[in-house]
Amino acid sequence: MRMSDDAIELHRVSVTYRMHRIRSLKEFTVRTVVRNRDDSRVYALRDVSLRIARGESVGIIGDNGAGKSTLLRVAAGIITPTAGMAVSRGTMAPLLELGTGFETELSGRENIFFNGALLGRSHEQMEAHLEEIIAFSGLERFIDTPLRTYSTGMVARLAFSIATAVDADTILLDEILAVGDASFRARCDERIQRFLTAGSTVLVVSHELPVIRHLCARTIWLSQGAIVGDGASDEIIDRYERERGG
Amino acid sequence: MVQSTVVSATILERRTVAGEPLRLGNELRDLMQHAHLARQLVHRDLTIRYKRSVLGFLWTMLHPLLLMLIFLVVFSNVFRFQTPHYETYFLSEYIGWIFFAQTVTHVMAAVAWNGPLMKRIRVPPSIFTISATISGLINLLLSLAMLFVIMLIAGAPLRPTLLFLPVSLVVLAMFTFGIALALAAVSVFFADVREMIQAALPAVMYLTPIIYPISIIPERWRPFFKLNPVAYVLEIVRDPIYYGILPTPLTMTIAVMVSIASVVFGWMIFSRLAPRFHAHV
Repeated sequence: MRMSDDAIELHRVSVTYRMHRIRSLKEFTVRTVVRNRDDSRVYALRDVSLRIARGESVGIIGDNGAGKSTLLRVAAGIITPTAGMAVSRGTMAPLLELGTGFETELSGRENIFFNGALLGRSHEQMEAHLEEIIAFSGLERFIDTPLRTYSTGMVARLAFSIATAVDADTILLDEILAVGDASFRARCDERIQRFLTAGSTVLVVSHELPVIRHLCARTIWLSQGAIVGDGASDEIIDRYERERGG
Repeated sequence: MVQSTVVSATILERRTVAGEPLRLGNELRDLMQHAHLARQLVHRDLTIRYKRSVLGFLWTMLHPLLLMLIFLVVFSNVFRFQTPHYETYFLSEYIGWIFFAQTVTHVMAAVAWNGPLMKRIRVPPSIFTISATISGLINLLLSLAMLFVIMLIAGAPLRPTLLFLPVSLVVLAMFTFGIALALAAVSVFFADVREMIQAALPAVMYLTPIIYPISIIPERWRPFFKLNPVAYVLEIVRDPIYYGILPTPLTMTIAVMVSIASVVFGWMIFSRLAPRFHAHV
């Protein structure tokens, strides 16, 4: 096998979903027997190929429904493509959706361990980083109260702190930086820079173009599931803004 | 396996290829990495579900206990004359059945419940089936302990063949795990499978000589009862407890083969369907 240093490779990846989803065995049987199956599909990603080298910071932009989140999930190995192949190398810290893998009835502290376990971290690892996670999230006063009492921003802070506490080769951020106040965002920024300095790969999905400009050297522009631009962030974002504006 | 472990020690590579089933090696590696998650899920199954109730952990046991009691009261009079120590006869298989039925039901619920999670975080998809089987096994061991107490009180002999029981339990657990894997996968695609299984389980139970001795079945119908794989897997649990004998080589062979077939078949179905879970949960 050919050796490669890329953190993420997508080879002609398409992801499609059925327009009409059959939800029951009963319906499946009936439709198969009377040959009335609606097999039309919608594309979430259409023939996407890309390589992201280790240590790169890449922003992904595009309108709603362009396939940005799907792309991130394929890269994380959560979604198996309908066509093509995805390869990722190294450990991952995926931050894909807020509140994922949190138990509202458990306290913040208990959630640190549960969420860490979901990310494949050991109890010892979480124990070792516990104080740091709590401090970074700035939730010292609330850490022993149930998560249902937290605001969205507080959950986001906790999620970011947990996922980034243990070193990872690749970090995936899906609209995570939009929440949280200015001081927390500054700390996030600092931490992402630290990861980049250490040689980690960072993928950011965001509608906030200044954030992408600032964090990412390279930007990929998606439209209707296909790549329409891939290059230096300033260039791609300028083009995107021009087209959006006009 | 060995090779991939060596490679992953330097850099972990993960490929997802369209149309390819889950690879056993990859799944095992992922499971190993998520061992702590499995422990947490089992812990949650056993405790948090009942955290707020007064009886706490005992709730987990209460449901099968009540059922046991009802069956005992109803049927011990019916079968008393032909079956000495009916309570031991019945319970020795019934607790095995409860393990099977509860685990299968629980797994389907767990996969549905954790669906949103599987869409957003990469966890080995079989981890919910594994943790549900393990928590089922822990409940089974507790039920067994209770059964021994009941046997002592009722004066039923505890025989040295009990030492064989761990082997029986491993076979039973394998059988259950395989069926649970297949049903978990199918129920992701078709929501009505859960209800169908709920309806089928009692039927299977009554077709298995759990609450009645096989001797009440007319001779000419018995060959049909011999086609039921569940009967063999449960028989090897009852033999060492109630009869104080080791299962016959034939029964044991069939039970082991059925269990292996169940795991192989279960994994075949699961590994082919799991890559498409994300579109259906």
